[in-house]
Amino acid sequence: MAIDSDGAGSAPAAALRWVALIGRTTLGMATEVGAITHFASRGLYAAVTPRWFPRQILRQLAAIGFLSLPVVGLTAWFTGAALALNIYSGGDRLNAEQFMPQVVALGITRELGPVLAALMLAGRVSAAIASEIGAMRATEQIDAMVTLSTDPFRYLIGPRLLAAIIALPLLTLVADIIGIAGGWQVGIHLLGISPATYIINTTTFLSAWDVESGLVKAAVFGFIVGLMGCYHGMNATGGARGVGRATTQAVVSAAILILAADYLLTTLFTRL
Amino acid sequence: MNEGVTGSAEGPAKLEWRGVYKRFARAPVLAGLDLAVAPGRSLVLIGGSGQGKSVTLKIALGLMQPDAGQVLLDGVEVTALSEGARRRMFSGIGMLFQGAALFDSLTIWENVAFRLIHADGVARGEARERAVAALQLVRLGPDVAQLYPGEMSGGMQKRVGLARAIVGQPDILFFDEPTTGLDPITAAAINELIVDKVRSLGCTAVSITHDLASARTIADEVAMLHQGSIVWRGPVGELDTTDNPYVRQFVSGSSQGPIDANV
Repeated sequence: MAIDSDGAGSAPAAALRWVALIGRTTLGMATEVGAITHFASRGLYAAVTPRWFPRQILRQLAAIGFLSLPVVGLTAWFTGAALALNIYSGGDRLNAEQFMPQVVALGITRELGPVLAALMLAGRVSAAIASEIGAMRATEQIDAMVTLSTDPFRYLIGPRLLAAIIALPLLTLVADIIGIAGGWQVGIHLLGISPATYIINTTTFLSAWDVESGLVKAAVFGFIVGLMGCYHGMNATGGARGVGRATTQAVVSAAILILAADYLLTTLFTRL
Repeated sequence: MNEGVTGSAEGPAKLEWRGVYKRFARAPVLAGLDLAVAPGRSLVLIGGSGQGKSVTLKIALGLMQPDAGQVLLDGVEVTALSEGARRRMFSGIGMLFQGAALFDSLTIWENVAFRLIHADGVARGEARERAVAALQLVRLGPDVAQLYPGEMSGGMQKRVGLARAIVGQPDILFFDEPTTGLDPITAAAINELIVDKVRSLGCTAVSITHDLASARTIADEVAMLHQGSIVWRGPVGELDTTDNPYVRQFVSGSSQGPIDANV
């Protein structure tokens, strides 16, 4: 394009540059979404169809599920306790403090249990998966696996996805119980609510769907946690720096996707 | 460049690269590579850094797809096969990686027996026995079977990598820089093991190396790769006598000649 001396041609050129930038960004995002979707379908297919590697699945269940119990339990207890205090003091303004046990139970089972357990796993498990698989990629261990006639999707990705999908609902169930227990302890010991009243208020109000919807959310979040760790690990390039980058990307993308999926699922569940 | 050198094997080839092209971003790496290896022969591919040696190997192993051209194993084009079909077809292949590429989370015997357990469906007890036997072939005792790769030296890891490559009785073996990073004595031991195992198994071998001492020991034939194609190929005995300017410069290590120093 000709640019005249007073610069009249520079505005369209600048606009074109912006259009090109937007186009490049859109194409890049579409490519990434396509790549993740393709990876996710391959991984899920490997997870749900034989041949399975039971030792790998058990090993991942232990690493993702069992070893995450302390961090998820502590998070749930403190959240339940803090939630109880906040709801009690907030409800006091409306003379509604007696509803604290019900609101704690609802908040934990429907929202905070699955979301906080998933965010803890995003930090602990997505990062661990991405760094382990990324290091395996960097040291040619994944190439070696292929030359040993073993599909990395079946041996590495499928078991991790399966383990994360199974483990997170179980961890969420534990988080629900511990979170409500945290609220119960605060209610009994700090706020003077009688134990019987607290338990009756919680159990009579809480429905099975409150817990179940949280567990469904947790299964979806588990898939996201496993997928982001595996995807970024498998696509790590550039040695140690690349592995570090993949780890960060896995944690950040898993956390964002968990919160986005939480909103979508909550919207869906409230309309059911 | 020495045009017209095709790197053909006499007679039917065990493995053949036919007109293989590969480029990364703007840079061509392989430019119509033609190379073939006859059954039971040991071919060593030499060449400077960045000339496409590793890419040549990775394309043959199906770890990378060529932009154009074919790779034929026993006359069957493998580049067009699905991943699953290629994995099955490659069950007769063994590969020793540059850094050994042992699985950190598995013990030594589980590394060696990996193919037996996970691809061939051999029971763990029998796989362990065969792994220990393979370790003995590379002069490692049964006491190392329970160790993890991180507890071994680089030379020992290479031996384990070699045991893993040969445990399935392959008919073709690949070696990627088998002696890189090893002291001369350990390197010589690895070279001897490679020659011994390739001959005793009667298999075809393709190696890439910068190490000319290693090439002289393990090769029947040597081919030189430069700018993505073969510029010389001949028996290992002619490596030091050929008048090919590329080979002469590479062997002498001179910075003067047709190859630009890659610094």
